[in-house]
Amino acid sequence: MSIVKEFTKGIYESNPIFRIMLGLCPTLAVSSSVNNAIGMGAAVIFVLVSSNFIVSLIRKFVPSKIRIPIFISVIATFVTIVDLVMAAFFPALHKALGIFIPLIVVNCIILGRAEAFASKNNIILSIADGFGMGVGFLLALVIIATFREILGNGTWLGIPIFGNSFKPVLLMILPPGAFFTIGFLIGFFNWIEHRRLAHR
Amino acid sequence: MELHSLLIITVGAIFISNFVLARFLGICPYIGVSKQLDSAIGMGMAVIFVMSMASAVTWVIYTYFLAPVSSNLFFKILMKSHGSPPDLTYLRTISFILVIAALVQFVEMVIQKISPGLYRALGIYLPLITTNCAVLGVSILNIDAGYDFIQSLVNGFASGLGFTLALVLMAGIREKLELANVPKTIKGAPIAFIMAGCMSLAFLGFAGLKIG
Repeated sequence: MSIVKEFTKGIYESNPIFRIMLGLCPTLAVSSSVNNAIGMGAAVIFVLVSSNFIVSLIRKFVPSKIRIPIFISVIATFVTIVDLVMAAFFPALHKALGIFIPLIVVNCIILGRAEAFASKNNIILSIADGFGMGVGFLLALVIIATFREILGNGTWLGIPIFGNSFKPVLLMILPPGAFFTIGFLIGFFNWIEHRRLAHR
Repeated sequence: MELHSLLIITVGAIFISNFVLARFLGICPYIGVSKQLDSAIGMGMAVIFVMSMASAVTWVIYTYFLAPVSSNLFFKILMKSHGSPPDLTYLRTISFILVIAALVQFVEMVIQKISPGLYRALGIYLPLITTNCAVLGVSILNIDAGYDFIQSLVNGFASGLGFTLALVLMAGIREKLELANVPKTIKGAPIAFIMAGCMSLAFLGFAGLKIG
């Protein structure tokens, strides 16, 4: 029961992007196309689940004073694995995501979950938490990328969905479009929350 | 010629590809610490300092310990220049982040000693500079761009300056925004993002700038 709860809380209730607003840099940068968003989301899920697993495994031996450097080393190891594997098997995606692959190390969600959850809970719960948070991150990225790619490029996952007469709003795949989209989406989720509270 | 390239790097890092508004690095402190002008300036100074130091230190580490060139110190001392130099570039991410973490710890101790007021004002954001992607980002960008030592240092300083510029401008706007009648649903972070979008739009104008 509580495994399911730890998994589902990351998807809506404490969604890393829309509700607790962590890990925004890669979100803004890679959400210009759905393809990149899925690649980034998958990389984050792998790192988040693996680092939560290891941190939970070693939580009883790690002295609390040096826990942060240790957690960062664990995370950096997995990020290096993702970086090398992606460069070998998905070179196009690796090139598109560029500097944001090594920067997964400093994504606040991952260190945040290691510190706030995995260092205090058992292995099964930590994996469920990491997976839930990762899926929440992936979904949020795909939602943002959907708006940006459809409006800015007229395609979804590379498939054209409008006729030739559609003039894309180029602004949406440029940096300002990222800020506008995420601002309005966070506002939208706030609006849902306000309505839910008002109904009670 | 040297000075010319440094000028291009500086203007590029501050205006054309501003770290926050064009490269999306350092968004968390940008939204988090921009509520008050004073703490924004303090945070900006800390970031400029850490980014310059980190650029210099990580450049030295990469060039003398990780890169597969004949000046690699492991190659020179341990292998006595026999065979081919070892390629340790896969250790880049892990070694950079540990160096930056140590550096931030050091800056934190110095600020705590020199200015307790500033230390209290920056609160939790000082240790969080470690996980500020702008610092690791500038280190990696320096290596990817193939800058030499001076160019890396200048790029780190100018990028920090660009971050501070965006942060301070934002803090000025948000202090005024406190008094404005903003709809309840987009109060706080959402309106900050929309303002950031407008600023980013303004900075897009610099993209047409050509020097030299």
